[in-house]
Amino acid sequence: MRLEIDRIAFGYGSRLVGQDISFTLEENEVLVLFGPNGVGKTTLFKSLLGLVPLRAGSIRLDGQPIGSWSGRERASRIAYVPQAHAALFPFTVEDLVLMGRAPHVGMFATPGRRDRDITAATLERLGIGHLAGRAYTEISGGERQIALIARALAQEPSILVMDEPTASLDYGHQMRVLDRVRELAGEGVSIVLSTHNPDHAFQVADRVALVFQSRLAALGLPEAVLTAEALKQLYDIDVVIGMLAGSNARLCAPRNKT
Amino acid sequence: MTKRMVLRRGWVGPGWLLAIVGLVSLAALSMTVGKFDAGLSDLLGQIRALLSGAPADETVATVFWNIRLPRVLAGLAVGAALAAAGAIYQGLFRNPLVSPDILGVSAGASFGAVVGIFLSLPVGVIQFMSFAGGLIAVLSVYAVAAAIRNRDPILVLVLAGIAVGALVGAGISLIKILADPYDQLPAITYWLLGSLASVTSGDIVSILPALVIGIIPLFLLRWRMNVMTLGEEEARSLGIDTGRLRVVLVLAATLITAASVSITGIIGWIGLVIPHVARLLVGPDFVRLLPVSMALGAAYLLVADMLARSIALIEVPLGILTATVGAPFFLWLLASGRKGWQ
Repeated sequence: MRLEIDRIAFGYGSRLVGQDISFTLEENEVLVLFGPNGVGKTTLFKSLLGLVPLRAGSIRLDGQPIGSWSGRERASRIAYVPQAHAALFPFTVEDLVLMGRAPHVGMFATPGRRDRDITAATLERLGIGHLAGRAYTEISGGERQIALIARALAQEPSILVMDEPTASLDYGHQMRVLDRVRELAGEGVSIVLSTHNPDHAFQVADRVALVFQSRLAALGLPEAVLTAEALKQLYDIDVVIGMLAGSNARLCAPRNKT
Repeated sequence: MTKRMVLRRGWVGPGWLLAIVGLVSLAALSMTVGKFDAGLSDLLGQIRALLSGAPADETVATVFWNIRLPRVLAGLAVGAALAAAGAIYQGLFRNPLVSPDILGVSAGASFGAVVGIFLSLPVGVIQFMSFAGGLIAVLSVYAVAAAIRNRDPILVLVLAGIAVGALVGAGISLIKILADPYDQLPAITYWLLGSLASVTSGDIVSILPALVIGIIPLFLLRWRMNVMTLGEEEARSLGIDTGRLRVVLVLAATLITAASVSITGIIGWIGLVIPHVARLLVGPDFVRLLPVSMALGAAYLLVADMLARSIALIEVPLGILTATVGAPFFLWLLASGRKGWQ
């Protein structure tokens, strides 16, 4: 699996939100998009998912341009994990995850035995089998996020697109979601996700893409891209980045004001 | 996990059986209610006569087969159709306050019928004008919404529906003022409140094709309907062609609503309340929600119609009954915070 994004531009109406963006996503890779609010990360995701048309450039999956694919074809290769939201109807977690089978279920059909088996297996794989019968509206935000990841995995995609998967979760759930992301990348899924927390990027990213002023400002290893200088330029905040004794995680903290 | 699935599978069998037995008994009961004194024993006698070919009392036969049976069948069909359309619309527009008339189908159908009554046209023509009015109203709402781009398509549809509905409502009011107050106005008012009293077997035959054509796609697409409730972008990310699916669902739901309204007039509250009750019973999964809504809608309209012809000396318009039962029930649902909506 190899996803090539080649000099794409995208936007709404006459306004371009992003332009001249190129990168590739390799098999089993976790690529983190990092950048301030409103620089077009979400729109970039939407263009990957075919929800927003490209203005220029092309996206190829294993050499095939995905622009001509049907929604169903695309959904069986690229899956979207939205931010954990409040659903309107109290579907059970099982029914919600089953909806991930939509690209594989015939137009006029209801899901069959195989779809239910895949759903059950996915719930177990993510350790939420015990939530199967619970209403999606009654579980915690972190559990919802995991359920949405399960739904995306039920699509049997090779790529997961995750829009700020740790936003609005408590610390424990943030860490658990990030652990899942890392595990999945070792199991044949490539992941592109966005986050606002540099620590989370250090924790899961194989590479980091810095999006700034509608363009790709830098792309590379996390420690090479997410530097104190880069963050100063992005947010005008002075930070120090380093390792904490007792942890092998790289962390980012505000510099003492003198 | 497996235990739950067995439970779910097991539910389907007895559920269907219960619904069918319940509806058949309600229909039989409904056949025995009315001004003319013809009860269950007469009905059984008629059925026996019908099967054996023996002669039966012709007056009683007329009451059962020409007056009450069309009424009962219309009650079943229209109740099921309105509830199905309501369930689909609530899911599609992701709003608990939506009923089948959100896109102006009832307003358009009313306008067609009211114009027909005003021009003193034959009943069949009035029905056709009502049906056409409902479809035209919804199609124009859709056309307006399609012309407005770069906005949330669902919101645009709802707002366009409100605007077109208001416009058509103004037309209805105008005709009510112009109508003959002794002859036409009561007929218009009666029509706007809905009734099964004048339904004939010919009416049922004439709307049957529309009902069947509308209900089949709703039934076949009912699992996809679940995905549609997630909203535009999520449904599309799951590979659903939301634009096309929405057109099919809206047209199908409109077709069955317009067909129903054309022979019974406006019967409110069924499309709004019944899907909530069904959701309370079997949850939001449309695979079960749609058939259960239809069964409940059919039963509710049958019961309401029995009351309509038995509680007072005159026929009580159905719209009054469905509202007096439906509105307080809806408020109770709201106040008790029952699950079904978030």
